[in-house]
Amino acid sequence: MARILQLDEAIAELVHDGDSIALEGFTHLIPVAAGHEIIRQGRKDLTLIRMTPDIVYDQLIGAGCARKLVFSWGGNPGVGSLHRFRDAIQNSWPVPLEIEEHSHAGMANRYAAGAAGLPFAVLRGYRGTDLPAQTDTIKPIECPFTGEQLTAVPALNPDVGIIHAQQADRAGNVQMWGITGVQKETVLASKRSLVTVEEVVDELTPRPGSVVLPQWVVTAVAEVPGGARPSYAQGYYDRDNAYYQQWDPISRDRGKFAQWLETEVQRERSAR
Amino acid sequence: MTTEYTADEMMTVGAARSLRDEAVCFVGIGLPSTAANLARRTHAPGLVLVYESGTLGAKPDRLPLSIGDGVLADTADSVVSVPEIFNYWLQPGRIDIGFLGGAQVDRFGNINTTVIGGDYANPKVRLPGAGGAPEIAASCREVLIVMRMSPRSFVDRLDFVTSLGYGTGKGDREALGLRGRGPVKVITDLGVLEPDPDTCELTLTQLAPGATVEQARDAVGWPLEVADSPGELEPPTETELAVLRELKATVGGAK
Repeated sequence: MARILQLDEAIAELVHDGDSIALEGFTHLIPVAAGHEIIRQGRKDLTLIRMTPDIVYDQLIGAGCARKLVFSWGGNPGVGSLHRFRDAIQNSWPVPLEIEEHSHAGMANRYAAGAAGLPFAVLRGYRGTDLPAQTDTIKPIECPFTGEQLTAVPALNPDVGIIHAQQADRAGNVQMWGITGVQKETVLASKRSLVTVEEVVDELTPRPGSVVLPQWVVTAVAEVPGGARPSYAQGYYDRDNAYYQQWDPISRDRGKFAQWLETEVQRERSAR
Repeated sequence: MTTEYTADEMMTVGAARSLRDEAVCFVGIGLPSTAANLARRTHAPGLVLVYESGTLGAKPDRLPLSIGDGVLADTADSVVSVPEIFNYWLQPGRIDIGFLGGAQVDRFGNINTTVIGGDYANPKVRLPGAGGAPEIAASCREVLIVMRMSPRSFVDRLDFVTSLGYGTGKGDREALGLRGRGPVKVITDLGVLEPDPDTCELTLTQLAPGATVEQARDAVGWPLEVADSPGELEPPTETELAVLRELKATVGGAK
């Protein structure tokens, strides 16, 4: 059964130096507060996995938490580039960042294979592109039935999968709705999981199209209202588009970024 | 009529006109999304918009800021997971048109959104990467590309092939087992390029009003072939311009 913990307790217990971790969220429901707690606790040498690393991964990379990034699209959606990510790749600042690069279809299939308990997934993708030459986890495979040339990608099974959802009940059953991306697969593929939620309720009300993760597949739940800001939580709050734009000048400059880390991330701690 | 418009507006309108009504379109963010939403508000009310965040049949009442904007989920026929959108909807060839942008395109319609300059390990500029584009380019029945023309973006040779157009020429797609036809049109601020039927090399077939063949040649990093008598794009109508400007004013806080 999922345990309901405070965010700082959950991160302290579940996320260790050197772990592979996936904080997923497809523009919607991004577990930003959990990412900031990882920065505050000073985790190092993490392999960060995510289809669409956006500003919270830019922050983790800039703070020196990451050794490697496994991803398929890294940018500040609607604004431009991730400058801490670029600085790490182009200048090894603050530490060198190794990358393992895929397409969205490849990453989605890797999570699906991980959730299914299979060693790899197969897709009709990547053919003719330069990605297989740069990424060891993209290999050609022949269909044993038709002989068709396809692509194999290995399962992703992160040490820790972290997502944000709208609600959990007191037993730790989780419900999320709206754009649910690859979050269900991430929790099912991961060895341990943390779900931060907008609120813990007495009873979950079924909703059309919602995703329910029963308590017995979730390790821990932490109630963190606003835990996806500046991304959005459908039914709770809208995306703070201005924040994404304001991130651009902060992230372009190492000094401004260091100041942001010092003031903003620490201020959140005292606010909790 | 003396309505003023910019080259970007002409490009967006030209791209929107390339989408036929009732088509099912896998939409990339940025210019493709603006053009697709313009088309749905003008000549193509039945256009089906599919975004890689898993929204099928989105009917946004404002311009979405990103592919995961909540307005897409609120207005969609259905919202599915990301593995499902790629595996069930894109891969089997259920999508008519893939609508893409890019940082670089070459003469065979191959697209780069990964790195520019240097090499992969030590790039001059690191771009966002592939996202959904490689499989969109591979699997949609046809592909439309919309990009501003410049020698830096229309290059003889890509620094990285993120998404395949026609590879090194005719027959490559078929040999690789890709199912869609590939890029049928590249809509730019100076005009429209289409693949030559014999070689698949992108050729100038239409000019934007006021643009010249010389301008287009100067903006392309390979010796650009020009159709025998390139046509000229019709300028944007007042309605198209009004709808486009109204649409762009609705995007929440975007640049």
